[in-house]
Amino acid sequence: MRSYWRKVWAVVRKDLLIELRSRELLSSAVVFALLVLLIFNFALDLTGEIVRAVASGILWITLLFAGMLTLSRGFAREQERGALQGLLLAPLDRGGLFLAKLLVNLLLMGVVELFALPIFVALYNLNMRPLPLLAIVGLGTVGFAAVGTLFGAIAANTRAREALLPLLLFPVLVPVIIGAVQATNETVPGVVPAGPPWIGLLIAFDLLFLGLGYLLFEYVIEE
Amino acid sequence: MSAATGAAEAAIAVTGVRVAFGPTVVLRGVDLVIPWGERLALLGPNGAGKSTLLRALATLSRPTGGSVQIAGRDAFADPAAVRRLIGVVAHQTYLYDELSAFENLRFYAELYDLPDPSTAATAGLELVGLILRRNVRVGSLSRGQQQRLTLARALLHDPPILLLDEPDTGLDLAAFGLLTTLLLETQRTVVLTTHNLPQAARLCGRYAILSGGRLVRDAPLAISAGELEATYRRETGVAPARQTEVGGSA
Repeated sequence: MRSYWRKVWAVVRKDLLIELRSRELLSSAVVFALLVLLIFNFALDLTGEIVRAVASGILWITLLFAGMLTLSRGFAREQERGALQGLLLAPLDRGGLFLAKLLVNLLLMGVVELFALPIFVALYNLNMRPLPLLAIVGLGTVGFAAVGTLFGAIAANTRAREALLPLLLFPVLVPVIIGAVQATNETVPGVVPAGPPWIGLLIAFDLLFLGLGYLLFEYVIEE
Repeated sequence: MSAATGAAEAAIAVTGVRVAFGPTVVLRGVDLVIPWGERLALLGPNGAGKSTLLRALATLSRPTGGSVQIAGRDAFADPAAVRRLIGVVAHQTYLYDELSAFENLRFYAELYDLPDPSTAATAGLELVGLILRRNVRVGSLSRGQQQRLTLARALLHDPPILLLDEPDTGLDLAAFGLLTTLLLETQRTVVLTTHNLPQAARLCGRYAILSGGRLVRDAPLAISAGELEATYRRETGVAPARQTEVGGSA
């Protein structure tokens, strides 16, 4: 088992080292996220109750679109010089490869959120409860990364991967987007939780796609 | 010895392998048994199915029908164990431009779970004469140096079986000489696809010709390059493709 996780970690470390050197994904995703937050803030001139109503939606649109940038390049990088074939030739099962790529996507998204969340809270002046907010962002990110890793591998084998990935991803992500937005709304003080248990829905979705991704990765990554 | 026993003891045993991509059938029931230590030249025109067969042997592409056994194991029932036994050199290097030569090899050594990845990576660099370039990023290495590093990557885990898909493509003279030396000195089982018939005649003890997805010839390579070329023309109906790379011969 230690050997299995050592191999998973080797892939994670390799991807992070490449990202550290190229700064290709993170810099563009972070700048993109900050720009979207700024543009929404200035363009919509949000005040009072309207902020409460739309801020969660703006946050999640920002995070998902920024995350899309990291997802679409993650597998494209493996296609250069056929490195993906090198990974597939190694004695690491496809589930392990899914976990490694999922961890990389989670870490990259985490860094984007590290920059985006404080700016979001400052710009939109919402006193959200920090711990529940972090928990919901974490759950939403896991769901997004699990689906994104699976569909990123499918799109990587196509020529129009940058265009195809959002088309594949967003319809499947609808439950996560709705659940995350609604659950985030409930972290604003004074908002009374109503409707379905959104956090429960997020947890169920995360578990479903973590399991599906682990089991199905073998079939989507091979010819 | 029966055919079944022979197949069980062989390094590679391919039985009735058929590969289709949708309506396009690439391999049409290929049978091939390669004993341990044999070097087989897999020849054929472009589109004959050579690379597809090699990909099936490497567990990268699951055949539509038939079976592939590597060292007596079903390649797709226990792929992880099979992958430890094979090293692959293909058209692409499988390397990462942003990592140094050493980091690339260490990464693959970790994936193959070698006991000391750093030592294995250093030994690989020494084998292919790149130890002085260990900290240079792969994107800054010449094409020939990248190809030498590719050989080191394929040999890193000391696989008893080597699958070489036109490995001489783009090689410089130094890398081509290294490849030839490694192949001639090796006790490994080798499957080499190439359009370079003189090279095949020099390096291999047996040849097989694929044409239209079928194995049309499988014989010991005890003939000259000229005779091999004549056989090739007769079996496939076309002339062998010319080699234009530095390492190849026209």
